[in-house]
Amino acid sequence: MFEAILLTVITASTPLVVAALGELVTERSGVLNLGVEGMMIMGAVCAFAAAQLSGSPYVGILAGIFGGGLFSLLFGFLTLTLVANQVATGLALTILGLGLSGQIGEVFVGQPGIKLQPIVFPILSDIPFFGRVLFSQDLIFYLSVALVVGINWFLFRSRTGLKLRAIGDSHSSAHALGINVIRTRYLAVMFGGACAGLAGAQLSLVYTPQWVENMSAGRGWIALALVVFASWRPWRILAGGYLFGAVGIGQLHAQIVAQNLGIVIPSQFLSALPYAATIVVLIIISHNRRTTLINTPASLGKPFVPDR
Amino acid sequence: MTLSEGPAAVPLLSVRGLTKLFGSFAACNAIDLDIAPGEIHALLGENGAGKSTLVKMLFGVLQPSAGQILWEGAPVTIVSPGEARRLGIGMVFQHFSLFEALTVAENIALSLDPKISLARISDEAASLSKAYGLPLDPKAHVADLSVGERQRIEIVRALLQNPKLIILDEPTSVLTPQEADRLFETLFKLKAEGRSVLYISHRLEEVRRICDRATVLRHGKVTGACDPKQETPASLARMMVGSDVAEVHRDAGTVLGDIRLEVGNLSVPARTPFAVALRNVSMKVRAGEVLAIAGVAGNGQGELFDVLSGEYPVAGDEAIRIRGKAVGRTGINGRRLLGAGFVPEERHGHAAVSAMALSDNLLLARSQSDRKAFLSGGAFSVIRFDAIRSATRRICEVMDVRKSGEDPQASSLSGGNLQKFIVGRELDRQPAVLVVNQPTWGVDAGAASRIRQALIDLAKAGSAVVVISQDLDEIFEVATNIAVISEGRLSEPHPAGTLTLERIGLLMGGIHESHSIPEAAHAH
Repeated sequence: MFEAILLTVITASTPLVVAALGELVTERSGVLNLGVEGMMIMGAVCAFAAAQLSGSPYVGILAGIFGGGLFSLLFGFLTLTLVANQVATGLALTILGLGLSGQIGEVFVGQPGIKLQPIVFPILSDIPFFGRVLFSQDLIFYLSVALVVGINWFLFRSRTGLKLRAIGDSHSSAHALGINVIRTRYLAVMFGGACAGLAGAQLSLVYTPQWVENMSAGRGWIALALVVFASWRPWRILAGGYLFGAVGIGQLHAQIVAQNLGIVIPSQFLSALPYAATIVVLIIISHNRRTTLINTPASLGKPFVPDR
Repeated sequence: MTLSEGPAAVPLLSVRGLTKLFGSFAACNAIDLDIAPGEIHALLGENGAGKSTLVKMLFGVLQPSAGQILWEGAPVTIVSPGEARRLGIGMVFQHFSLFEALTVAENIALSLDPKISLARISDEAASLSKAYGLPLDPKAHVADLSVGERQRIEIVRALLQNPKLIILDEPTSVLTPQEADRLFETLFKLKAEGRSVLYISHRLEEVRRICDRATVLRHGKVTGACDPKQETPASLARMMVGSDVAEVHRDAGTVLGDIRLEVGNLSVPARTPFAVALRNVSMKVRAGEVLAIAGVAGNGQGELFDVLSGEYPVAGDEAIRIRGKAVGRTGINGRRLLGAGFVPEERHGHAAVSAMALSDNLLLARSQSDRKAFLSGGAFSVIRFDAIRSATRRICEVMDVRKSGEDPQASSLSGGNLQKFIVGRELDRQPAVLVVNQPTWGVDAGAASRIRQALIDLAKAGSAVVVISQDLDEIFEVATNIAVISEGRLSEPHPAGTLTLERIGLLMGGIHESHSIPEAAHAH
């Protein structure tokens, strides 16, 4: 029973972790992309369509990454090249993505999908309990863990990551040092889009292998909240992602238990919990201004126009 | 000049006819300059004289419109700061280009070869900073460091590239006299190693003390090249301004009147981790008095100004009194209505909205205190544009604000002219109490002397004036009494005539003399 719940928690948390990691990199470069939900659903529909047409879920994953990345390029062009307002553009991206994906996915509604099969590690998966939970998962789960480690190394150990953080802290100083602000931000935005697309692919190939309109169901927004919740730190994304995922699954079980006991808990209350938790965490971390200042990208959301 | 001294002296850097046009305006106009190896060369000039434009061209930030740069005798094109560094030019900016969220070592690493590991950079930075007497912790976050420490990062960063020429832009404006002395020692060490220094400053005493030669700029042209040790501050100033700088006059023995501003035992906790807590601050400022508050940046000046102006009211209403009325919990407008005026430190974004016209900025500051003059229509508060425009014109005339057009955007004015306007905006009301923070920070000599004279005249007319400043020359010019702020504590005021530069320096460094400041001695 517990093992089964844990497996569903992992499945529910992985898309949150992956999408939030991508957004973390984007925001560390100083760009606020509120279009995670839109990029995610575009990834989901692209992945599903490609898997159906090719018969391979791995082609679906690639298509999801590509779809999310390409969609984010639109955001990049509008906000970085044309210097449009990032908040408004991000919101528009979400609305566009939800509509466009519905249009693309219309022909796939009701079709049974192809589920991405787990990759079982021979010996490790024999370890009782943990082996089965951690080493007989699908590729996207393994990727999510690799991404946490990789991004943490990239941001805090590599020179390119240092440059990315420098741009996020003060783009004009970075520009003065000869760092290419716009190009780095384009790459960061596209990385965020690709991650959101991968998270979308997980939804339509693993979580519920079928296409349903609006199937991202607000997970993009939770991923955005998660970035702040984690105060822009990769490992905290992992922890926070699983916390939010567990809350989401726990809410279903709590509903059933409560119903059996004859108590009615409005489902809206429980689905609002991740956001409420984010607000609580925000209040707590804002008490320690120093850590916030050191972790929060200072130029987040500010457009950069080189003067010369 | 150098060429005539003989064939051996090939200048390290020569500039021939260097010109930079912005549209039709020549920021630099056919500038010639020679810097010899191993000399400290001063670049003097008022704001807008073209110093920063020249330096930006030398460092590859801007490209010249015409003219030539010769490096060790060979013509070069410096396309980027990276190129300048490769040649051997290092730069320490006036406004630091540091990343607050990163550590000292990470900041330095960003401008170095990416192949060098962070650990090695940390080690080299630590040993360099020790060798040149510039203590630094490579692992500290910049956000936690003082302005002086931040400057050290910039200097160490420049030195790590082993430059032949180091350009320093107004380096001492943020330092105590003792810190400045230490910097000069560092510069002399660099000179002894055969490196050259281009030293930009408007502090004439300093230039006379440490520089071997000086080039003076005015309106984008070279107006003089001299040995500063042979000149007097007055003669240097004349070259900078083109005419004699009006000396600031102060009548001795002014009779002081009643107490206009009083602060009693005020303690305010720090608002942010980077702010300074005010501890037991007391002061009394009388009519006719200029109380100057000296201190190194970041010792509570901004915080003191905030509580005096009412931008951040304090808990105890009785702690601050303006003209006898308790105003601790009153906001800015309430205090202004009592006849007080305030000029904050930041010109852009605090004292003025950069993107708005001067007349709008005038209305914003005085819409409440001069409601009758500028607004009509009772509750509708209709703006009387004619009244505001004529007041703007009056202020610009009185303070000699030079601007393009009738009512330009605040951002289009040079620092000195905008500062004259902002100070003039308050003086125009003849405030009974005026509190000014860093009135001439980054302002050219002509504008600075004008502003200082205006402050003295205001006090002479019977107002109480508080001047918070880091510029000791300014403090001695304007002050009747001098107090020193250090770590949020304010010393007793001393009559200006009884204090020496050395004594103030010690007070600024936080070394309190127990007999003069008993409460501080207890706290230590």
